[in-house]
Formats: sequence, C-alpha cells, structure tokens
Amino acid sequence: MKSGSNLERLLEKGEFVVTGELGPPKGPDADVVKKKAHMLKDNVDAVNITDNQTAIVRMSSIAACKILIDEGLEPNMQMVARDRNRIAMMSDIFGASALGIKNMLCLSGDHQTFGNHPEAKNVFDIDSIQMIYMVKTMRDENKVISGDEIEGHLKMFIGAACNPFADPFRYRVYRLAKKVQAGADFIQTQCIYDMKRFKEFMKQVVDMGLHEKCKILAGVTPLKSVGMARYMALNVSGIVIPEEMIDRLRGAGKGKAASEGIKILCEQMQELQEIEGVAGIHLMAIEWEDRVHEIMDTAGFLPRPKV
Amino acid sequence: MIVGERKPFSEILSMVEDYSKILVIGCGSCVTVCMAGGEEEVKILASQLRLAFRKNKRDVKVEEAMALRQCDDEYLNDPLLLDKVKAADIVISMACGVGVQHATSFFNRRIPDKPIRVVPGLNTTFMGANLDVGIWEERCVGCGDCVLEKTGGICPVTRCAKSLLNGPCGGSSNGKCEINKEIDCAWHLIIERLEALGELDRLKPIEPYKDWRPSHNGGPRKTVREDIRI
Repeated sequence: MKSGSNLERLLEKGEFVVTGELGPPKGPDADVVKKKAHMLKDNVDAVNITDNQTAIVRMSSIAACKILIDEGLEPNMQMVARDRNRIAMMSDIFGASALGIKNMLCLSGDHQTFGNHPEAKNVFDIDSIQMIYMVKTMRDENKVISGDEIEGHLKMFIGAACNPFADPFRYRVYRLAKKVQAGADFIQTQCIYDMKRFKEFMKQVVDMGLHEKCKILAGVTPLKSVGMARYMALNVSGIVIPEEMIDRLRGAGKGKAASEGIKILCEQMQELQEIEGVAGIHLMAIEWEDRVHEIMDTAGFLPRPKV
Repeated sequence: MIVGERKPFSEILSMVEDYSKILVIGCGSCVTVCMAGGEEEVKILASQLRLAFRKNKRDVKVEEAMALRQCDDEYLNDPLLLDKVKAADIVISMACGVGVQHATSFFNRRIPDKPIRVVPGLNTTFMGANLDVGIWEERCVGCGDCVLEKTGGICPVTRCAKSLLNGPCGGSSNGKCEINKEIDCAWHLIIERLEALGELDRLKPIEPYKDWRPSHNGGPRKTVREDIRI
C-alpha cells in the first residue's frame, strides 16, 4: 500500500469509487467546513479540499483537511504550484502527512489574475508534473529533492488532474502519459459534458494502456441552470457543453432546470461507469453539497462500499 | 532588445517639480529603437516640462542631452555631458533601469564633490522583439539557463504565464492562454513547431526541476570574462 487510504484500498479492490469536493470558506470558520462535511459523509469515498481555487483566498487546504479527518471523512488535499516553492511544498506535505492526510492532488493552479489578488507575485518554482515526481521520490526513495534522507516515511496516494477538453486535443493523452510516468496513482479529470469527446479520449488512454498504470476518475459537475451552463461554456477554459444538453435544461421549464440538471448528471454517471478504463467518478457539486446525497442515491451509487 | 515605456508626465513632473535646473538625458540604444527614450522623446519631455513650469510661472531651466549608451562608462565620459550634469539640480535619465543606475554610479564617481540625483523617466518593461510597427512583445526573462533547443525556439519560461516546463496546462484553448485571449499559448506553439520539425518526442522525458540559481534569485548576477580582461 502506498498510503493505505480508503481511496487507494477501494481502487485496489476494484470498486468503482466516487470522490466529492469541498471548497473551504473565505474565512476562519471551521463550522462551515463541518457543515459541508456532514452533507458529504457516507455519500462519497474521499473529498477533495481545494487549495485557494480560482486564486481566491480561502482557509488553507491542509487545515480544512484536518477538520474533515476529525469529522470522520477522508480528505484528498489539493496543492497548487502557484503559491509555494519546493521548500514550502515539501514542508507542507510532511505536515499534512503528520496530520493524517493520505491523498493529495498535484496541480499547477489557476493563475492569480482570476482571483481576488491579481497583483500578487506567483511562484511556479516547479510545475505539476515535477510536483508528482517530487512526492513520488519522497514516498518511494525516502528523499527530498536535494537527495537528503527523510526522517521517517511518507505515505501518500498521489493524484493529478487532466483536462481532456483543453487544446491541443491530440496532445492531451501524451500529457496524461507524462503524469503517469512521473508517478501519478490516480487522475481526476476536468468536468465532462461532452461525452463523445471524452469517450474518444478514453479510447486513446486505453490504447496506450494508461488505465492499467493509473486509476482514472471522470470529473462531473451538475448544471444548475441554463445561465450557469452558458457561463461555464463561455468563461471556464476547457469546458465544452453540448448544445443539446443546454436545450434539455431549457426545455425542463421554469424552476425545473436544476432537477433536470441532476437527472442529466445521474445519466452521465451511469454512462461513465460503463466506459472502459474509468475507475470512478469525481463529483464536483460546487456549493451544492446538500444535493450530493440525492444525486448519489438517484444515480444508484449508494450505499458506498466499505473496506 | 530592452523595451521601455515612458512614465506618465504627471509622475515625472512630481519627481522634479521642486527643482529649478533639470537635465533630461536620452539613451541612443535600445530605448531609441523602441521610441521611448531617444533624442525625439527627450525633446518632447523637455518641452512638456518647460510648458508646465511656464504655466505655473516658475523659472526652471530644462536642458537636454544624449548618451549613446547609458549602461557603459565609455559613452557617459563626455566632458560636455559632465558639465551639464554638474550644472543640474536633478537629472532625468530616459534610459532603461540599467542606464539609470549606471549613470547614477558614473556621475557620482566622476563628480565626487556634488551628490548627483538621477531619476527614471521610463518604466523598463521587458526584453523583447519588435513584432510590427509599434508592437513589441517579451521573449526572454533572462533565466540564465536557456532551454530553447528543447522547445522549438519558443521559451516556456517567458511565454507561458505559469512558466511550465512539461507541457500545456488545462487552460489552453484554441491556441490561446486562459489568462488572456490575446496571448498565444506558448505550449501550443511549441507542440506545433516540434510536430513540424518531427521532434515531438523531445517532450517525452520529464523535464527536471529547474535550477533557478542562474536566474534572478540571489542578488545581481555577474559575468566576468577573464579572456577579454586586460
């Protein structure tokens, strides 16, 4: 076992996993994290804790992860290369492990121009692929980047992100291969709406045998309204929403788009389960944690398996 | 070349308005080529200053001068220029930040009995290329460890908003960077170039952690060429 996390053990057992996501508050209130945690508890197998997503200042991922552990959930700590150099990263990874964090997701991070401090200086000392390699070296060779020995042993299940819808499309599978080569144990993808393109991508993944070296979790996010769908398609890089999906939301009628969005999502989740090489789902119900139980129940993913 | 942009007039005026003898010195190299701090721009700034002081009924003398390169003793060591510097209360250097600092150092070395005050007339923006008439774009951050042989002659350290070394992030869309649709995704360009060269395999190995020591990471960098020192 690389970390012995619940996520790792379920994936090893061949269970179809579902991870959730929780955005920490824009302040120090632990109760906000606890409240969201209770909505997710027993509904998902692990919960991603974002690291100042969209470059907006929030409670630190590590701290929110610890709150989750205390509440009896398993966190997946996100870490971005934007705000920390290699020294801070390695130090925080030691600290995270000491607090009981066993999964992490290595990311480049949204550029600071998107956030509430666009005048900040970014770091990007190392990139996400180098971060994956760094954590693997720390875990498997017991060394920090410099080659110095680590006191004790680091246990960490290493995750990475993948956006099958970014450009250049033909290169995306090679970038994924590079993350696997660097040492990613699992991958969580960007939100998928264009199932046709995702299937095309997964065929490339399977042809290259990447799904056998690394567990691929397909990312999904429910669409709450026509407005949200339009906004995401226009403003979030690498999000492609097929027109017929937006038509379905519109066709649902006044006040019914949200439930139609959940219906679409559940169908998607069932369809993703059938795709070769997909080992699970990463459900990003952004500020919709209270609907996660309903989504998981409707899609037929409850109760969650135990190991 | 080094590209600069003239500071707003109000900012320059606020630096010099308490003085009565002002010298504006242009630089005849990079900033002349990018039309920010050459002879023409010196004339324009000096005229603007004279007009502003006349409007405020202030008796201020504004002199003009040029140096071919303010970043080199050889071109500052001109008796006429030094006389003008001695006579001034304040010097506005229209060179890049290198020129402003070197002129400060040189004038104070050569005129030890009078502290010389030099202020910047430009913002030094970047090292870049002239893409079209009136358009310049950054091409090098001077990281001190060039990787262009691996990336098809396109610098990811400079041109990727995240300085990524192992390929495009998830924000690359239709060849453009997620932070601004006006900016080309450097990695998109690199991939296209390497494909055309039949060298896409160059991107397969993981590019190791960058050693930032040769970059701006520990005080000013210095080059000493023993072979050409006298």
